[in-house]
Amino acid sequence: MPNLKDLKNRIESVKSTRKITKAMQMVAAAKLRRAQDAAEAGRPYAERMQAVMGGLATSVGGSDSAPRLLAGTGSDQTHLLVVLTAERGLCGGFNSTIVRLVRTRIQELIGQGKTVKLLTVGKKGREQLRRDYADLMVGHVDLSEVKRVGYANAAEIAGDILKRFDAGEFDVASIYFNTFQSVISQIPTETQIIPAKFDAPEADDASTLYDYEPSEEAILADLLPRGVATQIFSALLENGASEQGARMSAMDNATRNAGDMIDKLTIEYNRSRQAVITNELIEIISGAEAL
Amino acid sequence: MADMMQFDLVSPEKRLASFEASAVQIPGADGDLTAMAGHAPVITTLRPGVVRVQSAEGDKDYVVTSGFVEVTASSVSVIAERAHAGDQISKDDLTDVLADARAHAAKAEGESKDGAEKFVADLVQLLEDME
Repeated sequence: MPNLKDLKNRIESVKSTRKITKAMQMVAAAKLRRAQDAAEAGRPYAERMQAVMGGLATSVGGSDSAPRLLAGTGSDQTHLLVVLTAERGLCGGFNSTIVRLVRTRIQELIGQGKTVKLLTVGKKGREQLRRDYADLMVGHVDLSEVKRVGYANAAEIAGDILKRFDAGEFDVASIYFNTFQSVISQIPTETQIIPAKFDAPEADDASTLYDYEPSEEAILADLLPRGVATQIFSALLENGASEQGARMSAMDNATRNAGDMIDKLTIEYNRSRQAVITNELIEIISGAEAL
Repeated sequence: MADMMQFDLVSPEKRLASFEASAVQIPGADGDLTAMAGHAPVITTLRPGVVRVQSAEGDKDYVVTSGFVEVTASSVSVIAERAHAGDQISKDDLTDVLADARAHAAKAEGESKDGAEKFVADLVQLLEDME
């Protein structure tokens, strides 16, 4: 039988764990609101950018002069997977779901005889992928010092990717991140960023005929690299919101589990205490009878 | 009062401005232009410069770096990579932008040099207004 002192210590320790998880949940909730606001604020820019580039891409895309960022290198031999994960753990399946998606993609691509390269953003994804695919890693971006992800961070990552593209290190690049659906559901998402892909513009967009100054090609060539940065930025924001959402629900669960555990331990503690008292009584009574 | 049109200024991190304006001066890559209601639809890239917006509440300046502008008959959308409201920009930000602009102006040639120098002059003006 576990002794009373041990049980008491155990209950105390679970209680302080519960306090910590509760606090983390509340911090995550506050951060989630901020992250959601940031994602919200970034949306108009990304939407405009996509709309304009989509329009340009459909009109320029067919021609031979289309920029390489749009048309691709003409091959799809080497894939660069950009994996966006969190810098911290304790957020449920957040990092694992992304990594799982990336793993299946890597297996698929290798199965097709392609070359895969990995660029990781965020410590957690790197740690998980390093075990199996250390030789595929070409780089890592550390955001652990960054308190609030800004456009400058995205631009930096985009700059790195574009430099590799210009150096001919890869043909196709995709980003992997979690799309924020709700606090309890984040969807691992894959988006191809190079060559750029656009949804077909809606019919009413086409009805406005714009003059382009300078030429369409020049604008597109100017915008495409920024489009990459914008997509990465949106992905980082989505990921930020998802991370906090995931952490919030994970910590909520942890808090509840700790509560259940405390209840169970308390019952056990009371039972043991009662047993000790009963025992003592029996000893006293049998001692008295013996006299 | 001239016809009004919708003016939007968005940067990647937030929507900086959204209101009715009567005229917007834009530092386009191929030269400055002023858009008013009924302007022909144009998409142009921006050079770093000052976007000056005239509205019912008076003129407003925004310092923008690279980006692009979408002009339609009823709206002007400035999509800028970095943008600061002229009256809210901190001195440090402005000095940073000014240093960039000066370096750019020193390198620029021909027509773009005029534009770059104008931007430097605009910035110096803004800095002086601040003091």
